[in-house]
Amino acid sequence: MSKETLTIEKLCVRIGEKEILKGLDLKVCEGETHVIMGPNGAGKSTLGNTLMGKSEYEVTSGKITFMGEDLLAMSTDERARKGLFMSFQNPVEVPGVRLSEFVRNTCEAMGEKMSLWNFKKAAGEQMKVLGMDKTYLDRELNVGFSGGEKKKAEIFQLLMLKPKLAILDETDSGLDVDAVRTVSEGVKAYQEQTGGSLIIITHSTRILESLKVDRVHVIADGTIVCEGDSSLVDEINENGFEKYIGK
Amino acid sequence: MSEEKTFVDDINRSVYDIRDEEKDAYRLEEGLTEEIVKKISEEKNDPEWMRDFRLECLKIYNSLEVPQWGPGIEGLDMDHISTYVRPNTKMKNTWDEVPEDIKNTFERLGIPEAERASLAGVGAQYDSELVYHNVMKEVEEQGVVYTDFESALKGEYADMVKEHFMKLLVPSDHKFNALHGTVWSGGSFVYVPKGVKVSIPLQSYFRLNAKGAGQFEHTLIIVDEGADLHFIEGCSAPKYNVANLHSGCVELFVGKNARLRYSTIENWSKNMYNLNSKRAIVEENGRMEWVSGSFGSHVSYLYPSTILKGDNSTMEYTGITFAGEGQNLDTGMKVIHAGKNTSSVVNTRSISKSGGISTTRTSVQVLPKAKGSKSVVSCESLMVDNISRSDTIPVMDIRCDDADVGHEASIGSIPDDAVFYLMSRGLSEADARALIVSGFADNVSRELPMEYAAEMNNLIRLEMKGTIG
Repeated sequence: MSKETLTIEKLCVRIGEKEILKGLDLKVCEGETHVIMGPNGAGKSTLGNTLMGKSEYEVTSGKITFMGEDLLAMSTDERARKGLFMSFQNPVEVPGVRLSEFVRNTCEAMGEKMSLWNFKKAAGEQMKVLGMDKTYLDRELNVGFSGGEKKKAEIFQLLMLKPKLAILDETDSGLDVDAVRTVSEGVKAYQEQTGGSLIIITHSTRILESLKVDRVHVIADGTIVCEGDSSLVDEINENGFEKYIGK
Repeated sequence: MSEEKTFVDDINRSVYDIRDEEKDAYRLEEGLTEEIVKKISEEKNDPEWMRDFRLECLKIYNSLEVPQWGPGIEGLDMDHISTYVRPNTKMKNTWDEVPEDIKNTFERLGIPEAERASLAGVGAQYDSELVYHNVMKEVEEQGVVYTDFESALKGEYADMVKEHFMKLLVPSDHKFNALHGTVWSGGSFVYVPKGVKVSIPLQSYFRLNAKGAGQFEHTLIIVDEGADLHFIEGCSAPKYNVANLHSGCVELFVGKNARLRYSTIENWSKNMYNLNSKRAIVEENGRMEWVSGSFGSHVSYLYPSTILKGDNSTMEYTGITFAGEGQNLDTGMKVIHAGKNTSSVVNTRSISKSGGISTTRTSVQVLPKAKGSKSVVSCESLMVDNISRSDTIPVMDIRCDDADVGHEASIGSIPDDAVFYLMSRGLSEADARALIVSGFADNVSRELPMEYAAEMNNLIRLEMKGTIG
């Protein structure tokens, strides 16, 4: 059996008084790609935000082990430096900070100090995968980016930072067919370049078409209600989530 | 958080806080009297008119009150500020001739690198005297004059200096202009002849060293018809416990069809009273550009002003002010639209943290004859925490029925979701906040030459580190 990257045991999470996750279990091994599907409000994004350590998400019980260590004991930036990454559903606009400046800073925070020349070279290669123009680098982080541009910028950072585990939180939502294909290419490149693990949170299936998927989980009402291999994706595609709701 | 604190303590501010042993053999008794003024004048070998001018200014100084409308300056005691300290070295033309300890200080401040990078000339002021002055050949060959002020008073351009000296900033404007006129020392004179476009920026780097010493440098820049210049003034001073006063004057004359960009990064030590005056007058179709960053000092009064005298003249002001713990920075700008179809664009940002107070005053005046004039003023403030203070005080005085004047102001804090976003990519909380704040200062940093923008971002980072822990 391959090495466990992430193990979630009986995770309960609430926001304020509202309980969102109710005893969720999940195991992701090295190099595996897991898909989390489920209807709106099931707790998919809560899972991602909890893993990344967003402060409003309060873990009331349960355990998360990442790369053999207690994830919940770490701050958000420590989690990132340990190799956890999340592509945001709504990437935040940060005026005045250039994409290049930001990504170079993050690479440095990860311990990869590059000369400007080497950074530009590495960035150029990854941007090519995503069909991004080099002028992107001089733009202010996410400011005035279209939905598709924001998601591409997220995947660009994924490729630059090379995490051990990447969570893609609805990276495909709101994108047109071409943009989904580009993003999907980027994710594939991440799999191939790094052999890293993935948790893809989605409620559509288009992003999965060209990806190798190991396991599919359906979340409803805060727990995983169904698991299967990639064929589950087709099943859901056909029949929707109806049979899992109110179960 | 204790770990963060250690990190804060470890920050190497030393490059900005270097203090050399005071070696000046010559130091005037503290306080200000007619005798002292005469002594200064004599020591500097002033022309007669300058000596008389100083004495006249002393009278005006004694007749005027300290301003009461801004931050308190009770901490200043003019009786105990020795106004003139001269380092024990004469003017130097090459870097090699500069004494070792002074050189070390400058080297740690990065001046030679800056020069090597792109700067045309260095006029670095050590205490009250220029010790190092160098203008690159090609600029000199273009006929550009860039010299220390004392030489300018006696040289080929003496008449031009006399004609312009304190004509724009008159001594009776306020008490500190009068003080400046009385004890001024050092500074730069720049003359760019008709039609000459200086392709690389000229730079002057000022710093204060001696304890309790004021610095009253005078900068006079004349950009003649159709000429073009970028002048950079950078300041940094070491930290002391005794109150320090800086009261420099900057007078800028922008000719017809000429352009002048005046960039400043001020980083005075946190005990400095920075009461600085700057004014520009712009002739027909001329353009004045201010780029201004104010970081250090205990108290600042700084409002560069522009008189758009000629028709179709324009000005742009871009500024950032960062007020940290114990700082009360009162900054802004003033513009007077006198000519027809003149225009001004103002973009200020202010940051306050750890109880710092930042006040932005803007004043737009449109005179009756300035028909068709336009002015856009935008002031943005960022409050890093809830114990700091930020005020915006706009004044608009429009005496013309055909003018288009706009003002907008906004105030905000650092959004939590942005901090989380940056931290999710591995940046520590302190680094994330510092990056967001330096992004806020982008209006100024993108206007600066690269090495200055980098220095400014470095300063912001140093200032921001203190907020955590």
